Amino acid sequence: MQRNNIEIRVCMGTGGVASGGAEVLAAFRQEVAASGIAASVKEHCSTHQVGCRGLCAKDVLVDVAIDGEKVTYQFIKPDMVPRIVKEHLLENKPVDEWRVGEDYERFGRKQIKVVLADCGRIDPEEIDAYIAIGGYESSRDVLLNWYPEEVVTEIKQSGLRGRGGAGFPTGLKWELGKKAPDDIKYIICNADEGDPGAFMDRAVIEGNPHSVIEGMIIGAYAICAHHGYVYIRAEYPLAVERLKRALDQARERGFLGNRLFGSNFDFDIKVKLGAGAFVCGEETALIASIEGQRGMPRPKPPFPVNKGLWQRPTVINNVETLANIPTIIRKGCGWYTSYGTEKSRGTKVFALTGKIKNPGLIEVPMGITLREIVEEIGGGIAGGKALKAVQTGGPSGGCIPASMLDLNVDYESLAKVGSIVGSGGMIVLDEDNCMVNMAQYFVKFTQEESCGKCVPCRVGTKRLLEILERITKGQGREDDIERLETLSGGIRNMSLCGLGQTAPNPVLSTIKYFREEYEAHIRDKKCPSKTCKALLTYSIDEKLCKACGACLRACPAGAITGEKKVPHKIDQAKCIKCGSCYDVCKFKSVMRD
Amino acid sequence: MVSLTINNKKVSVPEDSTILEAANRNGIKVPTLCHHPQLTPFGGCRLCVVSVKGMPKPVASCTTTVSEGMEVATSTPEIENFRKLVLELILSDHPNDCMTCEATGSCALQELAYAYGVKGQEYAGERRVYAKRDGNPFIERDMEKCILCGRCVKVCDEVQGVEAIDFTYRGFRSKICPSYEDDLDCEFCGQCVSVCPTGALTGKQWARKGRYEGVREVDTTCPYCGTGCTLTAHVKGNEIVRVSSKPWSPNEGWLCVKGRFGYKFVNSPDRLTKPLIRRASGEFEETSWTAALEYTAAWFKKIREQHGADAIGGLSSARCTNEENYLFQKFIRAGVGTNNVDHCARL
Repeated sequence: MQRNNIEIRVCMGTGGVASGGAEVLAAFRQEVAASGIAASVKEHCSTHQVGCRGLCAKDVLVDVAIDGEKVTYQFIKPDMVPRIVKEHLLENKPVDEWRVGEDYERFGRKQIKVVLADCGRIDPEEIDAYIAIGGYESSRDVLLNWYPEEVVTEIKQSGLRGRGGAGFPTGLKWELGKKAPDDIKYIICNADEGDPGAFMDRAVIEGNPHSVIEGMIIGAYAICAHHGYVYIRAEYPLAVERLKRALDQARERGFLGNRLFGSNFDFDIKVKLGAGAFVCGEETALIASIEGQRGMPRPKPPFPVNKGLWQRPTVINNVETLANIPTIIRKGCGWYTSYGTEKSRGTKVFALTGKIKNPGLIEVPMGITLREIVEEIGGGIAGGKALKAVQTGGPSGGCIPASMLDLNVDYESLAKVGSIVGSGGMIVLDEDNCMVNMAQYFVKFTQEESCGKCVPCRVGTKRLLEILERITKGQGREDDIERLETLSGGIRNMSLCGLGQTAPNPVLSTIKYFREEYEAHIRDKKCPSKTCKALLTYSIDEKLCKACGACLRACPAGAITGEKKVPHKIDQAKCIKCGSCYDVCKFKSVMRD
Repeated sequence: MVSLTINNKKVSVPEDSTILEAANRNGIKVPTLCHHPQLTPFGGCRLCVVSVKGMPKPVASCTTTVSEGMEVATSTPEIENFRKLVLELILSDHPNDCMTCEATGSCALQELAYAYGVKGQEYAGERRVYAKRDGNPFIERDMEKCILCGRCVKVCDEVQGVEAIDFTYRGFRSKICPSYEDDLDCEFCGQCVSVCPTGALTGKQWARKGRYEGVREVDTTCPYCGTGCTLTAHVKGNEIVRVSSKPWSPNEGWLCVKGRFGYKFVNSPDRLTKPLIRRASGEFEETSWTAALEYTAAWFKKIREQHGADAIGGLSSARCTNEENYLFQKFIRAGVGTNNVDHCARL
């Protein structure tokens, strides 16, 4: 059989690697070599790794493209590889039973991929793969044919806003950076992604590191900076490795260093590893960290764009923001503004997690409704439960109730209901999620990550957490909701940096939309979603109990007594409320209340 | 100069002044715990927040610079409520043992809690507890009383250039300590003690000696070296219980370990308080100043007559003040009549 092209792409993003992507890739290479297929392919036959494809729940995902005809397989293990090679590659009969299903197609239907367009398509460790799809053409064009002012204007007109959370217009930031009068300036890529459940920046760097580097080159040229830093967390070893490799490759080709692309412009990038402090995502803390100081924010103004790293003008952009740049330059700001809303242009990457059928990484046009994301892309709630809320923006964000599912996802709309777009964490909550517990989880996170500098954040979030803890333990006091609101108001208004100022958002938004849940905890000592252990009582309905002994055996605390034919009983004093009896009972005789 | 209004009062201050400086300069008090006029602004305690027209949130006056036409209100009901909340939070994590605290009477936190009527009960919760005490000889570090204002860290870095301490840990566990939480092992200048607004840092030898009741402040000159720092001895009865220094002194309030902590010799029983003359037997014998000076003068004269003035030399001490040293050389040159005079600092 004569073919022009065969391409086998194995997902080696974090999810792919965790699911055994490396073994699958090796198996394909071995099988392809053994079968001697390459000899029959006219132009090009390759088996290579690619970055995150988005739907990590189905990993390992493998694309087999023959002459452009692509078949995607899901849940691939190494032992499945010989059959695919034999039937699909040799006999041209795709293995239908292993192909992705309808939900995979639906997962992608409403997505518009700009930043993630080439993640999952190209080998992130090969610069040639990036060049082959037009990589570094934007930067070459800009450096050889554009004035810096033109770059600034183009980005301003694209309407691109910072994807790190605050949504500051990128073009305006570059303009300020350009105007700042200094011979030495810096551009920093903020890759200190730290929101629980968020992995957008990680996927971009792991899947297409050159797009970020190219974005930095263009940004550096626009503001006339010759030094760049990528501040990336050390907890992302694969991303760090691929980024460093990409930098070396770019340097070898003359895309970094002196006289880039034969122009007169010099620029190089250093990598600085963060040591795991969430607050170092705050730009002044990030700068302090690069300087070798403890990562603690300082008051603004002066803003980094005037006095940043080593007191020099510094532009800090998020990974996703920078990864947008090459495409905007290539396709033009007009193309970019065709996506999104008037004030929130373009697309946004979200890490869709929680109680959703298809968790994963998605990129959607701004202004899409939450319903489209949850029901269509995400495939609805797992396990047939009812949607309760969507949490956006991580520890700085808020919970949006199910009743607001038709809300548009853009900076303004989310802010209006008390949440934020943030860096892109999106956690779907169902009826089993307790909202007080949810608020408690996020406040615990911010409390532990507070740098300790200012009182409202250091002590205030601690007290906020203590109040939430006592509510979930059934020790809440009558005026605790008001106390939470007063304290939250103080923390929000008085904290020094964004971490503290936004820390009460999960509390305030859950009080706003789920006040009755707080009241149930405080007044009735009940957790409506049956999450808060201290408020649960397990008991056995004697009429339903068949005395099978399953719960008795399952109980780790020895709290259940009973014999054959004698209904079992739970000793409340010994019960640790683990729920093992509830899970194990086939006769639904264990009551949870 | 920049013109602005603070509490509806028109004021004019130098450019680059902070709102706090502008207010203080015009006699308007703004509460603060972390700010120290001789250190760079920190912005941590948040007590100095003020309301600025056009700003959505209160701003920290210690870190916000003034601008032309700015309208500032240093006290509004909202601002005062926020301040009260911050004080509640600080006190909720403070031992509140003012009864026995060394700093009572000179504690900025205590004064503010008093002024705002805050007891720290509103948000009572977990308090930091540190069992370990610092074993260094000079500085008592009670970190449970520390409010993390950062003044000690800054003074150690910006004034002393030693950087012996810094912030460690995060969140509620944040703490200021030397590296690896070792005992303090620095030069013990005690600058940190002098800027601490609470009782977290005190002198070890101050303990139980006297706080303010019956304690007099006596400004004097440090006897240790020729720098002549002005220090303030806190005297109870006839005993020095503590030494500090005032910011308007030539040494700007900063001292070294000897000046700040080396005062015990003053009340030492070993100290010579009366002149002694060694008799032929080799024994010292107590005498009066008149007798001692006459005895010495007689011998000087005798030596000068027998061997000439150059047989006498004078060596003075760096521990004398400049004035004393001046008088000494005058005495040797004009009184004794020789240029054989020197000073230990030249050795």
